[in-house]
Amino acid sequence: MTGDDTKHLPLEDLHAAAGARFGAFAGWSMPLTYPAGVMKEHLHTREHAGLFDISHMKLFEISGSGTVALLNRACPLDAGALEMSQSKYTFFLNEAAGIIDDLIVTRLGQQRFMVVANAGNAEADEKHLRALAMDFEAKVDALDRVFLAIQGPEAWAALSRAGIETGSLLFMHGFEPRENWFMSRSGYTGEDGFEIGLPEADARNLIAKLLEDERVMWVGLAARDSLRLEAGLCLHGLDITPEIDPASAGLMWAIPKEVRASGAFIGADALRAILERGPAQKRVGLKPEGRQPVRTGAALFDADGDPAGHVTSGGFGPSAAHPVAMGYVQTSLAKPGAKLFADVRGTKIPVDINPLPFTPHRYRKG
Amino acid sequence: MAKTYFTEDHEWLRVEGGIATVGITDYAQEQLGDLVFVELPELGKKLAKGDTAVVVESVKAASDVYAPVDGEVTEANTSLSSDPSLVNSAATSDGWLWKMRLADEGQLEGLLDEAAYKAHIG
Repeated sequence: MTGDDTKHLPLEDLHAAAGARFGAFAGWSMPLTYPAGVMKEHLHTREHAGLFDISHMKLFEISGSGTVALLNRACPLDAGALEMSQSKYTFFLNEAAGIIDDLIVTRLGQQRFMVVANAGNAEADEKHLRALAMDFEAKVDALDRVFLAIQGPEAWAALSRAGIETGSLLFMHGFEPRENWFMSRSGYTGEDGFEIGLPEADARNLIAKLLEDERVMWVGLAARDSLRLEAGLCLHGLDITPEIDPASAGLMWAIPKEVRASGAFIGADALRAILERGPAQKRVGLKPEGRQPVRTGAALFDADGDPAGHVTSGGFGPSAAHPVAMGYVQTSLAKPGAKLFADVRGTKIPVDINPLPFTPHRYRKG
Repeated sequence: MAKTYFTEDHEWLRVEGGIATVGITDYAQEQLGDLVFVELPELGKKLAKGDTAVVVESVKAASDVYAPVDGEVTEANTSLSSDPSLVNSAATSDGWLWKMRLADEGQLEGLLDEAAYKAHIG
């Protein structure tokens, strides 16, 4: 259409036929909403099953005898301690312990792992991984796949009806059910659900079967964002960035104790120093009073009117039925009950620090 | 007899007796998606053409609605405070945003009629 570099999903024709409204995200033209609208798409996902095309995200397969060593260097991770099929949420850190990207690593073999990276960072991640891999006996393959997420309490039943049994797969586990398929029980909504990487032709077949099921509905990027925000999950680029470390972000649960103490991952020294002195700011959930959303970039003030931090993500939570946000505040204020104010176009909106998530996670853990 | 005008910024005005009722078009509400909050103007506020009169907020984003002509706010649609989705379900009727007393009815001449607006959105 134009000479720009916008990337298009392999299944764009299906989204267009479904009536999607497209918008730009991380260099991709993505379906933002379908005719049902963000509110219905969001609520449908929490009640039934939402189908998301997340092919803008990238799957990397890493293999070779140095794979575990490579991952232990690239991520604050004990890759060798992962059981077969086990997935782990982790990061690429820079030398200052800033988060280059957050990712999910799944063990597929003794020395074979799948890495799922964010769209906006896929190229930088690949470069980073390949540069590191030169020091190890490890091969990095960027896979050409359609990547789908099916999320919600009826996701497993809809997959089963479409001929895909998920029975023994637990949350944060993944495997290869068919040739060139990768399926994990994971997601970005706070609900039970699955993410499936597969060849385009297989994806078209699977989608046709799934959409015959009235429990399944296409869900766009707008609802994906409101779902993840209610679930308290970070969006890289907003809530976590190369200037933010996992301690400030409240993500230390992702780093095992022994790795914190003695891991040789990039950024280890910087992270230990931050933990030693304590982070100056912390990520918190924010609940604005009333109905007016408080959005990315809004400045936060304490009761005396002094600067207290800023909002990194904010919007309206359709399930919470009130505005939801997260952001960073000075550590001394980062506790439930602290009274803050957000500046929205010159008006000071009272904001409560709220525990995350806003809507309870409903993962299938066992 | 009320007369309806449109703007290229996707607003409609219904003018009767020197008072304009202003809202956004059905096309605009569709583009914005589900609204969750409408920031209404204060009564008596003097607006110049192009000033931000109202901010409509969808799940995802906040958008300005501009004053299409000069005037003074005489009423705001307070039912939107409890039910902002009226703008989605009834953009050109119950989902009106504010009423204003026109400062210069001559400004209306620069606005679009329904046929011109339809041509504008294609």
